[in-house]
Amino acid sequence: MTTTADYTEKIPNNVELHEDRRLQRALESWQPNFLNWWESMGPTLPTEDVYLRTAVNVGREGWAHFGHVAMKDYRWGIFLAERNRDRRIAFGEHKGEEAWQKVPGEYRADLQRLIVIQGDTEPASVEQQRNLGATAPSLYDMRNLFQVNVEEGRHLWAMVYLLHAYFGREGREEAEELLHRNSGSDDAPRILGAFNEATPDWLSFFMFTYFTDRDGKYQLGTLKESAFDPLSRTCEFMLKEESHHMFVGTTGIDRVVERTVELMKQHDTDDVTAHGGISLNVLQKYASFHYSVSLDLFGSETSTNVANYFTAGLKGRWSEERRKDDHQLTSESIFVDSINDGEIGQSEVSALVGLNTDLRREYISDCQNGVDRWNKILDDANMPQRLYLPNVAFNRKVGAFAGVEATPEGTKLSSAEWELRKGDWLPTAVDKTYVRSLMQPVHERGKIAAWIAPPRQGINGQPFDYDYVHLA
Amino acid sequence: MTIVAMHDALAPTNGTPVADPGSVPAIDFRVSPDTYKHWRIALNGDVATVTMDVDEQGGLVPGYELKLNSYDLGVDIELYDVVQRLRFEHPEIRTVVLTSGKEKIFCAGANIRMLAGSAHSWKVNFCKFTNETRNGIEDATANSGQTYVAALNGTASGGGYELALACEHIMLVDDRSSAVSLPELPLLGVLPGTGGLTRVVDKRHVRRDLADYFSTKSEGIGGRKAVEWRLIDEAVPRPKWDEVVAARAAEFATSSTRPNDAEGVTLTPLAKTRTPDAIGYRYVSAKLDRETRQVAITVLGPEQDAPADAAAIHAHGVDFWTLAVTRELDDLILDLRTNETELGTWVFRTLGDGARVRAYDQLLLDNAEDWLANEILLYLKRTLKRIDVTSRSLIALIEPGSCFAGSLLELALAADRSFQLLGTFEDVDPGAAPAAIAVGSINFGALPMSNGLTRLQTRYLGQDADLEAVRARIGTPLESDAAAGLGLVTFTPDDIDWEDEVRISVEERSSFSPDALTGLEANYRFAGPETIETKIFGRLTAWQNWIFYRPNASGADGALRKFGTGQRADFDRKRV
Repeated sequence: MTTTADYTEKIPNNVELHEDRRLQRALESWQPNFLNWWESMGPTLPTEDVYLRTAVNVGREGWAHFGHVAMKDYRWGIFLAERNRDRRIAFGEHKGEEAWQKVPGEYRADLQRLIVIQGDTEPASVEQQRNLGATAPSLYDMRNLFQVNVEEGRHLWAMVYLLHAYFGREGREEAEELLHRNSGSDDAPRILGAFNEATPDWLSFFMFTYFTDRDGKYQLGTLKESAFDPLSRTCEFMLKEESHHMFVGTTGIDRVVERTVELMKQHDTDDVTAHGGISLNVLQKYASFHYSVSLDLFGSETSTNVANYFTAGLKGRWSEERRKDDHQLTSESIFVDSINDGEIGQSEVSALVGLNTDLRREYISDCQNGVDRWNKILDDANMPQRLYLPNVAFNRKVGAFAGVEATPEGTKLSSAEWELRKGDWLPTAVDKTYVRSLMQPVHERGKIAAWIAPPRQGINGQPFDYDYVHLA
Repeated sequence: MTIVAMHDALAPTNGTPVADPGSVPAIDFRVSPDTYKHWRIALNGDVATVTMDVDEQGGLVPGYELKLNSYDLGVDIELYDVVQRLRFEHPEIRTVVLTSGKEKIFCAGANIRMLAGSAHSWKVNFCKFTNETRNGIEDATANSGQTYVAALNGTASGGGYELALACEHIMLVDDRSSAVSLPELPLLGVLPGTGGLTRVVDKRHVRRDLADYFSTKSEGIGGRKAVEWRLIDEAVPRPKWDEVVAARAAEFATSSTRPNDAEGVTLTPLAKTRTPDAIGYRYVSAKLDRETRQVAITVLGPEQDAPADAAAIHAHGVDFWTLAVTRELDDLILDLRTNETELGTWVFRTLGDGARVRAYDQLLLDNAEDWLANEILLYLKRTLKRIDVTSRSLIALIEPGSCFAGSLLELALAADRSFQLLGTFEDVDPGAAPAAIAVGSINFGALPMSNGLTRLQTRYLGQDADLEAVRARIGTPLESDAAAGLGLVTFTPDDIDWEDEVRISVEERSSFSPDALTGLEANYRFAGPETIETKIFGRLTAWQNWIFYRPNASGADGALRKFGTGQRADFDRKRV
């Protein structure tokens, strides 16, 4: 497998698709179904073209090119990071063996399941965000939304490629199912709960790209370690694109904070509602909500499935190869969050079954970076207020803290107290209605909505007032 | 497991250990009368007298002596050969008298020291083979016109009595000391393993309370009481022994359907090549892949059109395709089962002309009255039954150019799963005729499983309409859609998926617990009614395996270990 990208093919790729008649046929028969899905479930705002980045190769330099393209003609391609022919399995019981180029039958079911779950999230977010184009605060933001959308579409392609190339008929059937489950559908919802919540407004979108896409980053990071080399290489390249999605979220929230601070100073008040801004406490509520539901995506504190995946070599830890241990963990232990005698605490379990906790902690510390960044904006403006990440026990529906209510500081509450006070910490109907009321589209070049500051830079060296999107 | 009961047979031989089962040499099942160590055949008109006279020093593996006509696998391989040759080489034989060449002892069963020194897997496989031979003896009586008479000229204990139970008529010398017995439970803490318990009640209709008592009484029962309880058919005073045995043999001979002036078919030595990686015969070949733990078995269809009539079957003799291919399959199954226990998946392919296969089948069916055609069909039936009870995962791959038709379709029907290619292999031969299977009349009765049903009846248990839909398609080549529609095959991948589907399926299979797979397969292969055979292979084997693995049998203080040491077993008394 070379890394020369073939951009002349119907499906751009660096996997020598033209040499694999079978795979080509399978993917080409899937392609129209994908396009139908995009037409019916993708962005609703009619556009002529969008200034988009298209992956064309996987090298360090020049892996993407930018240009105005009609979204339906976007070249969704298949790109895997360059193959390291000496790659060895870095962990688990197969540690030190050659990475697998084919799916071992023994792990077929588990690998397929992991890929399907990952694949299911990719189109889900496109569906969740499909109506946002109509309320974009600027053409720049609209472009970023569509960029995220087409890349999630490409990530779906990446997972579908794996299913088609390595999992036979069952894989093809699963690939088809990825298009038939839909976010929020009663009949056939997406697999993970968080991907069935609508993304109703742009603040939610930024929070989603910051917190929930970051979960995706960590999941991809563990799959990048997989002994199944094609999965590893696929995820490695996806991570590259995913970082743009994080960027959209991080800078999006930056700009909301900036604008809020600006309005707070201008009007000398904490409550900027009257001035068309989003108050810090509402921002905090949105952040707390998205953060807590994203924590749920990591699953239970302890998981024998994940332990098995690790031992089998299917899914590693974040930065597996940089860790200084035996990479097998058969005799290690870890403290995981738990309820002890009714109180929020920790308990020690074997490191293997605590891997979800390990990953969640990596994620939490990464999330903190963004919060620090937003707080720096407040600090630079000499404001005493600070944003924070709530306690891990706050608003959890999965794991040790499901069924327990707690304050953002981690104090246990009775259900009654929680019902009384949750509106202080999570967006209320009033908050949501207000935020939605701010979502008035600004589709004029160089202009931006009043609740958010413009970006410092445009995309690919273009100015903010560039014609990023041509509406239809 | 069938066990010797006589202490003398087990006299410790100064602690010399039986050879490590891992060092057991490859076992060859191809034997012939000129090399028999343990059996003699005397032919007299229409009666054959088969005399068991085990060579004490003739064990297959060093470390035990085959005292008191106790047997090991080597003894039983010869017995199987005896039974086969009598059927094929001696159409004139109508009664087979099974007796002993030893004084006062007929047979003491399987050799206990051999068993004690064998790996569990070896014991189970040994037991399976001995059971199949005994079932074959019953099949000869029931369907070949060769009635087996057990002439017990001395005590028959354990496996010795079980061998007698496989015969149609049991005669025991009445000398006030010879007896029949099943002493496994009281002496060894295990069960008789070759169908004794089942046949006592199911075949001979011994009352259950009497059977219970009999099976705990290590010295057994002889004389008139044994007759009254139906454990034997007659007790014959010693002075009249030879006379009465001859008379019985003659009586049974008169009711036989065997021809008067037929010529037998000599079972010439089976040509075979055997290397660690491959086994080859004329029509059957196998590739042994130790890395993926699978065997790829390919069966070739007939090279020529079926001949016209029964005379031609006789003229072809041992080279008649069905007989030749059955002998090869039989030997291959036994070889793989015994010598290749780690190759857990067998993948069957066929190559040839399905219409020809069915023409051979039809020729045999049309001439079922002919003794040889009948024997060939019975042999094919028994060989397919061997596949059913084989503790390996069985997969059939139906590809273009294959001939899973009629008798060879049974291989696919015996498989745990089958794959039929949809279309053709476009990279290999896009113009090939798509893979097709075909049912034939032979699939509807001539080749029953041990449950008494055909593989099709078992497959469509309780779904008569489905079975009739298949019957309506006799002779029609069925491509993958039609075959899958009728439920004859499991999966029908196209050439895009074929290679991966098959590879992954086999790899996944071989990653599962081999024990659990054996249990799963044994449960699913034999839907439908119980028969003596299914009880022996299912119920008895499962119980026996459980008992053997329990400390009360095989633990340091278990009955098997303590036997012959003069010490008593120390049982864990909890009932499970």
